[in-house]
Amino acid sequence: MIKGLGKWVDDRLPVSHFWNAHLAKYYVPYNFNFWYYFGSLLIVVFVLQIVTGIWLTMSYKPSAENAFASVEYIMRDVEWGWLLRYMHSTGATFFFIAVYLHIFRGMMYGSYKKPRELIWIFGVSILLVLMAEAFMGYLLPWGQMSYWGAQVIISLFSSVPVVGPDLALWIRGDYVISDATLNRFFALHVIALPLVLLFLIGGHVMALHEVGSNNPDGVEIKEHKDSSGKPVDGIPFHPYYTVKDLFGLGVFMFIFAVVLFYWPDGGGLVLEHPNFTPADPLKTPEHIAPVWYFAPHYAILRAVPDKFLGVLAMTVAILILFVLPWIDRNRIRSIRYRSTAFKVNLFAFAGAFIGLGYLGTQPPTALGTLSSQILSAVYFGFFIALFFISRRERTKPVPERLQ
Amino acid sequence: MADSPSNPARRRFLTGAATAVGAVGVGFAAVPFLSSFQPSAKAEAAGAPVDVNIGKLSPGQMTTVSWRGKPVFLVNRTERMLESLPELNDKVQDPESRVVDQQPSYASNIYRAREENKRYLVVVGICTHLGCAPTYRPEVAPEDLGQDWKGGFFCPCHGSKFDISGRVYKGVPAPTNLEVPQYVYLSEDIIRVGGTEEDAA
Repeated sequence: MIKGLGKWVDDRLPVSHFWNAHLAKYYVPYNFNFWYYFGSLLIVVFVLQIVTGIWLTMSYKPSAENAFASVEYIMRDVEWGWLLRYMHSTGATFFFIAVYLHIFRGMMYGSYKKPRELIWIFGVSILLVLMAEAFMGYLLPWGQMSYWGAQVIISLFSSVPVVGPDLALWIRGDYVISDATLNRFFALHVIALPLVLLFLIGGHVMALHEVGSNNPDGVEIKEHKDSSGKPVDGIPFHPYYTVKDLFGLGVFMFIFAVVLFYWPDGGGLVLEHPNFTPADPLKTPEHIAPVWYFAPHYAILRAVPDKFLGVLAMTVAILILFVLPWIDRNRIRSIRYRSTAFKVNLFAFAGAFIGLGYLGTQPPTALGTLSSQILSAVYFGFFIALFFISRRERTKPVPERLQ
Repeated sequence: MADSPSNPARRRFLTGAATAVGAVGVGFAAVPFLSSFQPSAKAEAAGAPVDVNIGKLSPGQMTTVSWRGKPVFLVNRTERMLESLPELNDKVQDPESRVVDQQPSYASNIYRAREENKRYLVVVGICTHLGCAPTYRPEVAPEDLGQDWKGGFFCPCHGSKFDISGRVYKGVPAPTNLEVPQYVYLSEDIIRVGGTEEDAA
């Protein structure tokens, strides 16, 4: 009976074709390691954010008058409302942790290189939209840090030559951050940007499944196929990697739950303390710090003494990732077979990113500014050095097949 | 599309023309969507002027009013404060307030106020760096701001300093002086923030 129904549907909708093409007969290198958990984890976190977000909108009121009170209402009076909200805010943090590790994986194993440039471009676009999504979501609780953080970030647009002030006015829809701004950010946060994210994630995964996954060795498994046309070093994604990813998900959820239940404000990094005070347009908090996942970019912004150049540096710091596939001129993908210079350069970059993240959360001091300037130089220096290192590099021989 | 149209040039022209007309249509259709992001009529109406009674401000005292949702600082400056202004001319970026758009033309002077009532400063209390509200620090030479501080405004976000006329110091992140809004005296004690000479007549 059930089988008959299944066949009836399958004759009319390519269900089994989809299942085979993307899971049961989708061949993936057998040597995926720890770093390969984050792709599937990100899909889980994305779904978590969508689901908790839908439930939050049921009790949240997007108006300057009611927003703060409605968040308090969710926290205190709505059944399990605190859990939904903390899942959403903790989810945002873990979204970025997973995204940053996922990006670093791509940089280590050269997953951005030919023929995977487009996957990488989709990925960087997802990062950009995700940042906009998180920024707009942070305004919604209408606390002091929501308000003044948005004030600072929207003011960045006003530094664009000629059209800047009008652009900032257009984004706010008012002369200051107001009810109009909150309302449009709500619309963009719950409908527009999640839809864009969904399309970009679709493109990311479709482009990935077209060319197949890279792996820690950076060797193409498609170059060695058996008589039936299956890659010798490949295993079907289902059940092998579905099981592996489920294990990873279990560990991830354990860590997620620890933060969720015991440390939901992340010591002020995830939910900042001034945000427990309602927005006051006439009074700025003593120290404005961004949420941790924007801190590296904020530190770059502050490192440059000129307003417009600072904004430019911060923007370029993200956009430069788009051209990484063409900055790196070495055809060898994996860090395992690349030169010491490359390894030093990459880990200096990662260290600078973490260091900038720390500095971005601290109040400005002379020493902090100097450190930010040095680390910003390391950050941008990575791309310049990579361009030259990758031209002529003492690499190790790459094996024919997976090791 | 048919494999081989009988007249390929005509097919290309028609395809191109249809695409161009469609693109123009999309362009026009985008206008209402993009324009709806502009401030609404209600938001513009909220930009109405605000009347402030400054008669009760004692010398050195500041009051804050909300105009267009922005904080506006009104300061009754003391003689000592006014005397400090010429001394600071070489420490500030734009002593004579030459940068247009940061004040009405009648405030392009070191007092950044109407000459006939230069005691009273009216500035928008939003740092020209990234929009924080600076704090009013009228005291002379406090510990955290140094020996040379003669009173003014200090932005806690990124450390920008302004003097008691809202003129920005050199070497701080803020690029320009604090903005002076349009204002006019309706009587000796009433300032209309956002008002013009027509209101006073």
